[in-house]
Amino acid sequence: MATSCPSPAELTERTYSPEPLLGHPGKLLKALVDDLLAGRELAWRLFVRDLSAQYRQTCFGYLWAFLPPLVASLTFIFLNSQGIVEIDTGAVPYAAFAMMGTLLWQGFVDAVTSPVQTLSAAKPMLAKINFPREAILLAGFYMVLFNFAIRMVLLVGVMLWWHVPVSGGLAFFPVALAGLLLCGSAIGLALAPIGTLYGDVSKSIPIFAQFLMLLTPVVYPARTDGLAGWLATWNPISPLIVTARETLSGQDLTLLLPFAIVTIASGLITLAGLIAFRLAMPHLIARMGG
Amino acid sequence: MLTTITPVEKPLNAPRSASAPARSEEVLVDVRHVSKKFCRDLKRSLWYGMKDVLSEMNPWQKKSAARSAESLPDESDLRAGEFWAVHDVSFQLRRGECLGLIGHNGAGKTTLLKILNGLIKPDSGSVTMRGRIGALIALGAGFNPILSGRENIYINAAILGISKKEIDEQIDSIIDFAEIREFIDAPVQSYSSGMQVRLGFAVATAMKPDVLILDEVLAVGDAAFRAKCFKRIGSIAKDCAIIFVSHDQSQMARICTQAMLMASGRRLYYGTTAEAIDQYNAAQAAKSGTAYTLHTHEAIQSFELLESSPPKTVQAGSPLTLKMKIKSQKHLPVGIAFINFVDLAATTVGQADFSSHLEAIPEGESEISLTIDRVDLAQGIYSLNLAIFAGNKVETLVHGVSCAQVNVAGAPYMWCAYKMPLGAVNVQNAQS
Repeated sequence: MATSCPSPAELTERTYSPEPLLGHPGKLLKALVDDLLAGRELAWRLFVRDLSAQYRQTCFGYLWAFLPPLVASLTFIFLNSQGIVEIDTGAVPYAAFAMMGTLLWQGFVDAVTSPVQTLSAAKPMLAKINFPREAILLAGFYMVLFNFAIRMVLLVGVMLWWHVPVSGGLAFFPVALAGLLLCGSAIGLALAPIGTLYGDVSKSIPIFAQFLMLLTPVVYPARTDGLAGWLATWNPISPLIVTARETLSGQDLTLLLPFAIVTIASGLITLAGLIAFRLAMPHLIARMGG
Repeated sequence: MLTTITPVEKPLNAPRSASAPARSEEVLVDVRHVSKKFCRDLKRSLWYGMKDVLSEMNPWQKKSAARSAESLPDESDLRAGEFWAVHDVSFQLRRGECLGLIGHNGAGKTTLLKILNGLIKPDSGSVTMRGRIGALIALGAGFNPILSGRENIYINAAILGISKKEIDEQIDSIIDFAEIREFIDAPVQSYSSGMQVRLGFAVATAMKPDVLILDEVLAVGDAAFRAKCFKRIGSIAKDCAIIFVSHDQSQMARICTQAMLMASGRRLYYGTTAEAIDQYNAAQAAKSGTAYTLHTHEAIQSFELLESSPPKTVQAGSPLTLKMKIKSQKHLPVGIAFINFVDLAATTVGQADFSSHLEAIPEGESEISLTIDRVDLAQGIYSLNLAIFAGNKVETLVHGVSCAQVNVAGAPYMWCAYKMPLGAVNVQNAQS
């Protein structure tokens, strides 16, 4: 333990005062970047911890990652095959179409849920230890990516089984996926400060997600007329889902401009959300007790 | 075994001896007029939290809303239902110094530590911390029960900001310190709570902090491990500034170079450790009788411990006489009768057993007088618990918890509750 201490010049100095941090945007951004970098190792460790713990105590393990989208799409495959709802999906078989839609949608919902969920789980730690808290968000995002990667296996199987046509557009899929997950994260981050204070947020996300799924062309193709057509244009998630699926199934990308706009907006909101998270955290911890 | 640090009793801000290295002059913790408000009502607290978050994000927030470090907030700054959890607290700490925080639960100690640790923002005033901060507050935070001890060491270290390299170098000493070598690859959920705390402590002290925050962490674990922890802290102590919260007054008197007494978030006293402890004990004594609870048999009409308030002051080593008045409807045979002396840490440190002197509580009104020959207890406040059980040793006749308080004065701090009467002491040295 007895080692020489660093000279005073090396000591980092931290000041805590009620002064609003927004008054020094430069300092704020630097601290944010520093903590994000410092938090990478921690984020990875937390992710590995959560991952190993998540499936070590289950019988069916990773099957739980497939089930929600599988059940949702089976519902619509059943309804369509029995002629209860007639959905024409053109060249792509409906089952594959619905599967692709729900798998992508599940990834989006995971990204929305992740910040509030991981923050709530980390409350005891947040209330007592000072560490780069961005690591918690990052670890949550890694988990979203991981769960999506697992589902990709299912997706590949679906595409091979139903002979979904593939084209060069597939190369654009990672970009489309990034846009989709970025948008989910932006919404999730925006909800995080309120969601940490009030349990109402985490309770309402699944309900709204269900409703929003039907307002988005997830299990049906985007319309061009009527309310559904209006929603396909103005629901910001529509272009993301539609574009991601179009890249998968080798179709022409019809909503590229709205996709670009939503993705850039999501990126900006995510950055703003990270800053807001940083500003809000001391106030949120003050209300956590413990 | 223990590395003893002699408490340095010195007036505040007194210059250190000239021989001290210049490094020890640097102020590592600088707390200036810090205040923090809290709200007891949960719904309101959440709503205020919401408002605070929004105002924090408002870039047009009036600068004046954030108070300057020097202006002191008052009651008008509180919103409905709020109170000052910490109010106008200031202190400075240099390397090698240790500040003890004393106060009741809810006096604001933990809130102050959270502000120092950068977890929450002060509502006014400012805190400057220099160097690496180590906090022994939540030992084993982030432990995942399903993962192995080894995996958890790395996770916990990452949370505490200790790099993988530092842990790689010290992993063996960490495992040895925690005394869990044979279990290190077993899941942490199979560990006893003591083993988890040991592991947590070993990881948390693996770093070399400039400022160390200790909050009641040493109240856990067995005596042998506590001694080991104190040795470790003692070896870090000379190279860092420590803020120490404990209810163990003798540990505090031994380690701390200065102390602060807090009540309702305010600084009541700041200076020498001995004086802070005395003032705290005096304040405790003044509150005597508040926690007095009495349970009696239905045949007992009244019971009274005479002269129980204000607290009796007795010189250590001198006799103490207690008188009680009891009124009973019938003759009640007595099996066990005793008075326990309980110290502020709720440990029973002494007992006056008068079972054999009291065969029964007679019918009607009677007065019992009882003399203890020597009260050989350490200086401090003790509360008395009186218990009289019936002949079958099960039925309660009289059971009074904190029915009186005794202030033992005069003896210096002994780091113990009871002082053994000493016979001859002989030191032999092989070389002479």
